[in-house]
Amino acid sequence: MTLQWLWFVLVGVLLTGYAVLDGFDLGAGVLYPFIARNDVEKNLIRGSIGPVWDGNEVWLLTGGGALFAAFPAVYASTFSGFYLAIMLVLFGLILRAVSIEYRGRDEGFKRMWDAAFFVGSLLPALLVGVAVGNVIRGIPLDAHGDYTGTFFQLLNWYSLLIGLLGLCAIVTHGAAWLALKLDGPVQERAIKVRGISQIVCVLLFVLATVATLSQASRATDNVFGAWYGWLAVIVVLGAVVWSRWGMLKGDHRAAFLGTALTIIGVGGIFAVSNYPDMVPARGTPASTSLTVSNSASGSTTLTAMLIITLIGFPIVIGYMIFAYRTFRGKAQQAHTDY
Amino acid sequence: MDAVLLARIQFAFTIAYHFIFVPMSIGLSIMMVASERRYYKSDIPADKAATRFWIRLFTTTFAIGVATGITMEFAFGTNWANYSRFVGNIFGAPLAAEGLLAFFLESVFLGVLLFGRDRVSKRLYYVSTWLVMCGALLSALWILIANSWMQTPAGYEVVNGKAILTDFWAAALNPSIAQRYTHTIAACIIAGAFLVSAIGAWYLLKGRHVHMARHTLRTGLIVGLIFSAAMPLIGHWSATEVAKYQPIKMAAFENVGQTADRVPMYLFGVTNGAGKTTGVGIPSGLSLLLGFSPDHVVTGLDSVPAADRPPEQITFQAWHLMIALSGLFVLVMLIAVVMLALKRIEKARWVLWLLVICSPLPIVAIFLGWVAAEVGRQPWIVQGLLRTTDAVSPVVSSGEILATLGLFGLIYLVLFIGWWRIFFGTIRKGPEEVVDMLTAEKAPATPAPAGAGR
Repeated sequence: MTLQWLWFVLVGVLLTGYAVLDGFDLGAGVLYPFIARNDVEKNLIRGSIGPVWDGNEVWLLTGGGALFAAFPAVYASTFSGFYLAIMLVLFGLILRAVSIEYRGRDEGFKRMWDAAFFVGSLLPALLVGVAVGNVIRGIPLDAHGDYTGTFFQLLNWYSLLIGLLGLCAIVTHGAAWLALKLDGPVQERAIKVRGISQIVCVLLFVLATVATLSQASRATDNVFGAWYGWLAVIVVLGAVVWSRWGMLKGDHRAAFLGTALTIIGVGGIFAVSNYPDMVPARGTPASTSLTVSNSASGSTTLTAMLIITLIGFPIVIGYMIFAYRTFRGKAQQAHTDY
Repeated sequence: MDAVLLARIQFAFTIAYHFIFVPMSIGLSIMMVASERRYYKSDIPADKAATRFWIRLFTTTFAIGVATGITMEFAFGTNWANYSRFVGNIFGAPLAAEGLLAFFLESVFLGVLLFGRDRVSKRLYYVSTWLVMCGALLSALWILIANSWMQTPAGYEVVNGKAILTDFWAAALNPSIAQRYTHTIAACIIAGAFLVSAIGAWYLLKGRHVHMARHTLRTGLIVGLIFSAAMPLIGHWSATEVAKYQPIKMAAFENVGQTADRVPMYLFGVTNGAGKTTGVGIPSGLSLLLGFSPDHVVTGLDSVPAADRPPEQITFQAWHLMIALSGLFVLVMLIAVVMLALKRIEKARWVLWLLVICSPLPIVAIFLGWVAAEVGRQPWIVQGLLRTTDAVSPVVSSGEILATLGLFGLIYLVLFIGWWRIFFGTIRKGPEEVVDMLTAEKAPATPAPAGAGR
């Protein structure tokens, strides 16, 4: 049905938007203890994401809400099935959200808030990829749609590899952001990290493709069997080349937009690789797979939500343009006066 | 321990904690708008400092509200998977709408408030305070639509064990949303009014920031009196709607055992099982309040099987204590406003102390109101349609919930300590000294030599 397909795309857009936007500030958080050598540099890193990170994270909340509303069965099965992993992501997001606001205001506890910001950024950056890996590979499901495996089955080598790839992509993207927004020694370090981690990323991507051929050939068949799959692959390759070209030319904006487009392309590959499944069954009958059609909400819900989205989404894009325009240019230090 | 009970404890703990900070944020957001409005018109640096002070208190509180709100959105999927499957067609939409129409607004303009003083015009900055406040009020609307649907479901039909949306407007504008939204926002404004009045009163007691303290106190007391005085009427509206749509909840509020007329309303008491209450009450009080006549018949707990009744003691106590506190708020605000009108409030130190001492009580009343509303709906998670025991995630074990509950406890404790330090530290420092700190830090931000200051 067209409506279901449309919502599959919209949820994909929201979650990819999250990966691109929160991706760079998560990456900045992972790099935070390593490339800032003193409090001034730390303030600069937090200042570079300070005005925008919260709006970026709302993409996850909206994407999660849209998944719940449009595909409740998928939301219920994955969130309860990946219980401990999701809870760790949640604890990370909580610690991060508070530490960014509190670090500059609480001199006595600043080391603790620094640690919370790093751990809170690392957990989602790593675990979201692990969850994606499991969704590509498939998970055992019963007829009711409940996950029948254990927590440790989620930590299989394939999903950990995808998690590592995700972490590496986020670190590259974060470093590209810092190179764009800062100057001085932090920028120099960010430029170094950006170059190296992008190479590691490409190697991991090749490795992940080979691993997917052996572990989840259905996914590679889907991607290479359709023109839009190829389109997504070409976007990824083109974006990597564009980004690399920007890095070599010292065009930090192109480098950053290139890493952003790379993530958009990878989001597209992920969407194509599973469609029309959303959570394929592994080791249990194929009929237990959660598909776009068997997990979608009714057409009244999808239509009502579509109208809300048609009204709300252009406004959100307006907010985003406004925010990034207002805070364009090199970053200020994180304020301690507000 | 039973997994259902643990899941309920986890949800109750995380949402009760969240709901400490939300009312304060809503109250403080209004004060922030009022303060920036003053500065927008006066252009006096002291008023600018006052706004900065309120923004700081607001964002310190709001940060915890945002962070702990993520838990709530995740919890439906992680801990309440069968609930999510049952209501997903209806319940997910307001959550998505809340993100799209409220959270983006709040978060983007919050960024402007925190970082944009020198980047946007004075007018846009003032507008931003309004937009953040509107975002908070809109977000409350969407989440209360979702909650109200659980209390008074509408616009759906149950097909193959799932509630399917048939009419969006009927579901969104379900019978209890109007009174619930009014009641909740009024309660949040009362909480905010008590909070800012207490801050003003405390400064007057210490003889500090007298200029700001005076107009803070005046704003807080006037708003506080209006909404405290309106609350009994709003509460009455809520009660009549509860009696109409959730009669068993109403019966549990007053522990009405049998359907009857001339039902009393207790001022306080203790229940000893369904329909047995020891306490002091107004004869025929409930009949009079709900039907304006002693002959009005009130539905009793006995009209449904024992398995379909909420626990009466908790519901009874929460509802009565909430009402008692609401009465206290009117009294305190009335005394303070009379003293204010007589221009004697600054000399009447006992009134100022009374305001300081009473400041956390509206949060307690809000907590009790939430307990009355949610426990009073039990054993149902969606009134009449789905039982709480049937709503949990089948695959999540009690050990897993226990482990995460422990971590929630630990992390939330750390957040609370952090909030406490910054919130009261900001109040101790006061608005003017924040300005001094700012000018001291306006020195050019030259990057320190590498390796220094670590």
